[in-house]
Amino acid sequence: MSTYLGMPTAPPGVGHLRGTQPFDIAARRALGNSQLRRNLANATSTIRARRAAVVGELPDWEALREAGRAIKAETMAHLDRYLEQLEEQVTARGGTVHWARDAIEANRLVTGLVTDAGAREVVKSKSITTDEIGLNEALAAAGITAHETDLAELIVQLGHDRPSHILVPAIHRNRAEIRDIFLREMPGADPGLTDAPADLTAAARTHLRQRFLAARVGISGANFAVAETGTLGVVESEGNGRMCLTLPETLITVMGIEKVIPRWQDLEVFLQLLPRSSTGERMNPYTTLWTGVTPGDGPQRFHLVLLDNGRTAALADQVGRQALHCIRCSACLNVCPVYERTGGHAYGSVYPGPIGAVLSPQLTGVEENASLPYASSLCGACYQACPVKIDIPSLLVHLRARHVEERRQRRVPSPESVTMAAAAWVMASPGRYAAAQRAGQAGRVLGRDGRIRRLPPPLSAWTSARDAPVPPPETFRDWWRRERGTAQ
Amino acid sequence: MRIALFVTCLADTLFPGVGKATTALLERLGHDVTFPQAQTCCGQMHVNTGYLQQALPLVRRYVEVFEDCEVIVAPSGSCTGSVRHQHAMVARRYGDEALARRAEAVAARTYELSELLTDVLGVEDVGAYYPHRVTYHPTCHSLRLLGVGDRPLRLLRRVAGLDLAVLPDAETCCGFGGTFAVKNPDVSTAMLADKMRSVLATGAEVCTAGDSSCLMHIGGGLSRLRAGPRTVHLAEILGSTRDQP
Amino acid sequence: MTARDEVLGRIRGALGGTGAAPGAIPRDYRSAAGMGPAEVLDRLSERLRDYGCRVYRVTAGEVPGTVAAALAERGARRVVVPPGLEPRWLPSPPPGTEFITDDGLSPAALDSLDGVITGAALAIAETGTIVLDAGPGQGRRVLSLIPDYHLCLLRAGQVAGLVPEAIARLRPGQPLTWISGPSATADIELSRVEGVHGPRTLDVILVADA
Repeated sequence: MSTYLGMPTAPPGVGHLRGTQPFDIAARRALGNSQLRRNLANATSTIRARRAAVVGELPDWEALREAGRAIKAETMAHLDRYLEQLEEQVTARGGTVHWARDAIEANRLVTGLVTDAGAREVVKSKSITTDEIGLNEALAAAGITAHETDLAELIVQLGHDRPSHILVPAIHRNRAEIRDIFLREMPGADPGLTDAPADLTAAARTHLRQRFLAARVGISGANFAVAETGTLGVVESEGNGRMCLTLPETLITVMGIEKVIPRWQDLEVFLQLLPRSSTGERMNPYTTLWTGVTPGDGPQRFHLVLLDNGRTAALADQVGRQALHCIRCSACLNVCPVYERTGGHAYGSVYPGPIGAVLSPQLTGVEENASLPYASSLCGACYQACPVKIDIPSLLVHLRARHVEERRQRRVPSPESVTMAAAAWVMASPGRYAAAQRAGQAGRVLGRDGRIRRLPPPLSAWTSARDAPVPPPETFRDWWRRERGTAQ
Repeated sequence: MRIALFVTCLADTLFPGVGKATTALLERLGHDVTFPQAQTCCGQMHVNTGYLQQALPLVRRYVEVFEDCEVIVAPSGSCTGSVRHQHAMVARRYGDEALARRAEAVAARTYELSELLTDVLGVEDVGAYYPHRVTYHPTCHSLRLLGVGDRPLRLLRRVAGLDLAVLPDAETCCGFGGTFAVKNPDVSTAMLADKMRSVLATGAEVCTAGDSSCLMHIGGGLSRLRAGPRTVHLAEILGSTRDQP
Repeated sequence: MTARDEVLGRIRGALGGTGAAPGAIPRDYRSAAGMGPAEVLDRLSERLRDYGCRVYRVTAGEVPGTVAAALAERGARRVVVPPGLEPRWLPSPPPGTEFITDDGLSPAALDSLDGVITGAALAIAETGTIVLDAGPGQGRRVLSLIPDYHLCLLRAGQVAGLVPEAIARLRPGQPLTWISGPSATADIELSRVEGVHGPRTLDVILVADA
C-alpha cells in the first residue's frame, strides 16, 4: 500500500477547488444547455485540429514527451532541493521568496505585500493558481481591487462568473453574451458596441490600457521557474502578461511548488511541448523570462510566493504524484468526450477536465471531491494527448480505489460496495458463477421482442436510454459442456 | 496451434454467440480450441470501479487457470487490456510480487482476437463471407490500451461480400465506460447519442467492434430508438461463411 | 516553525527518503535542425509570414531604405529607438518622421508613439520566433510592448534553427522576451483577433551577412 495520508490538504472555505454538487448532478444541468454544448463542441474540435496539425509537424514529438515526463518525475523526486536552489537564485538576483502553507496564508501574504506597496488596485495576468486560492476575493475583502487583464478572465470577472476552461476560461460564453456583459459592466462602454470579436477585443484594450499605465502592482502566476538560474517564465498570447510583468513597480508572482524545473536547458523541452499542446501554435505570441530584478527594466521589487495548498499531500501519494507533472496546457480537456459535453463548471473546481479529476481530489482530499475520479469513461484520449505523458486513466482508477478504501476504513457500506463484494465472491468460484448465471437467466421474463426496456435500480440508469439484452437460453459454458463435455 | 479461449464473463453470460463464433473461426483455420472451465472474470469491473482488493482473487484465478496455456485469446479488447495493464498492478498494490510476475507472464501470452489472427497466426483473409454493409467502431481499450490499430479493419476488408463503411469520429468513446454508464448516465447518454448519429450517417446495417460491452451499449441505444442498424461482434462476422452465415 | 521549514518538511516527509539519485534525462529530441543557412532563413521567413508579418530580405546597404519604406507603409511617424541600435541601419528621418531615442520614457509617453525599431538577440526558424534580451539596440522590455508597430532588424547569423539551439545561445540572467507574431487572442468563440495589448503589427527586416 502506498502512503498518502497525513499531509494537510487545501483548507475548505477558501478558494475554488470544491463544487457545491457532485459531478453527475452538475453535469446533468450542463448537458441541458444547448448553447453551451454547441460552443464547447466548436471550440474543442477547433483546438483539437490545430493541435494535431502542429504536433504532427515535429518528427521528435514522442522524444520531447518522454523528456518532459522524465524531467517532471526527477523534479518531484528532489522537489525540496530544487525549491531551495530556486529560492537561493531568486534571492541572489534581488527577488524576495515567500512560502505559503495554504490558500489562507498565500492570500494574507499577497494582501500584505500589496498594502505595503501602498496600492489599492492591482493588475493581474491570467493565473489559475490565484483562482485556486480565491485571491481576488481576499483582496476585495481588504479593499483592494484586482483587475483581471486576460480577455477571457476579464469576461469572467465582469460577468461575475467562474472560469470553465484552463486555456479559454470563457469558452462557455458567446459573442452576444460578451457584448451584453461589456455594456453592463464596463464604465464608459460605447453603446454602439457590436458583437464582432475584433470590436469586443478593442473595447477590452481601451478599458485596460489606462489601468496598465497606472498600475503600481502586478500579480502573475508562472509557467516555469528554473532552479538553476532563478528564472521565471510566463507564456501568453495577448500581451497583458507582458504589461503586468513589466509596467508596475512591484511584481508579485504566485506559483505552485510543483512548477519548478531543474535546469535552464529544460526550457527547450517545455517551450516546445506547451504551445503546441495548448493553443495548437508552433509558439505562443509572447513568452517572458525574467530573473529577479533588472535595474532600469521592469519591476524593481519582485516577490515570489511558493504555494503548497495540498500539493505535498499529492506528492505523498507515489501513484497520484504524477498529477503534479501537469503543465496546464489543457490538451486533455480538448480531447475528453466528457468535458466536451459538460464543460468545466460541472467539475466544480478551477481545474476541470481529466487533469482536474485527478488533481482536485488530491489537493482537497479524495472524500471532498469523491465524484470527480468517476467523471470519466476511461477512454484514454487524455493520456494519449498529454505532453508529459501523465497516465490519467490509471490515476483515475487509483483515486477510485482510494475512495473505496477510505470509505471502508470509515465502515461506510453502500449498495455498490455490497454488490461489488457479492460479485467478487461469486466470480471467485466457477460453481457459484455458473449458479449466478442460471439465476440471471430468470431475467428472460423481463424480455419482450428480444430486448429489455426496464431494469430495477441501479440498472434503471442503463435502461433510461438503452435497451438491455435478454439473457440467452444457454450460456457459453453450458453450450460447451453440452457440445464438448467437461474436458477442456 | 492449441489456443485457450478466455470467453469473458459478459460473452459467456449474455452473448454466447461471440464465444461460439470465436471457436468456429479458429477451428476453421485449423487450430485446437480449449476452454478451461474454471475461468470466470478478469476483474476489470471491480478495478475500474475502485474495488481493487476484491479484484485480487479474480486476478489470482485468471493466472492459475491460464498459466499453463501456451496462447490465450479473448474476444475483447477491454478484458485483454485489463489482463495486460491491470493484473500485475493489482497484485503489486497488495504486496504480492510473486503473483504480479506470474500475471505478467500470462498477460504476455494473452491476445485480443484481431491481434491473435494477424500477429500470431499471420492471417488476414480468414475465409469469411458476410454480405452486409458494415461500419467498424474501434473501442477505446482496443485502440488506445492495446494499440490494435488497423488490424480489425485489415481483417474486415478481406471478408467476402462485406461493404465496409467508414465511421465518422470513429475514435470517440461511445460512452459505455463500465459503471460510468450507471454512475454518470446523462453524460454517457450524450456520448451515445453522438456515436449513434455517426453510425446512422454511414448507412450501415451493422455496427461491429471487438468488444461485446461497447456493442451492448451502442446496440442498446439503437434498439431503444428502433434506429435500424444492429450490432454484431467482429468474431461473429469473421466466423460467418457461405455455408454457415 | 516557519512556513518555509514546514513546507520543506512536508516535502521530505512525502518523499519519505525515496529520492533516488536523479536519473539521466533522455534527450533524444532534435538539438539541431540539420538545415543549411539558406534553408534556415527561408523557414524563418515562411513562419513569420504565417503570422501575418511582412518580411524584408535585404543586404546591409539596403537597410536604411527598407526601414524608411516599412515605416511609411505602416504609417509610423513618431518612432522610438533603443540606445545602441546600429546607426548605419537608420535612414535620416524622412520629412514628418521622428526617431526618439529612449532615455527612460514613461509608459504614457510611449503610448503616444506610433512604433518602435529594435534589433534582437536571435531568432528561431522552426517557430518564427524573435527573442529580445534587452541588450544594446533592443532596449527595455516595455519598448517593444506599448507602441502599436514593431519593426525588428535581424542579421542572418542570428537565426537559429530550433528551440534547443536558441536556449543554448541565450544568457539566462537577462530579461527575455520571445515574440512570435503580433499579439493575439482567441478568447471569443476561438476567433482569432490580432493586437490586444502588444503591438498589432510586427514586421521583420532580415539582413544578409556581409
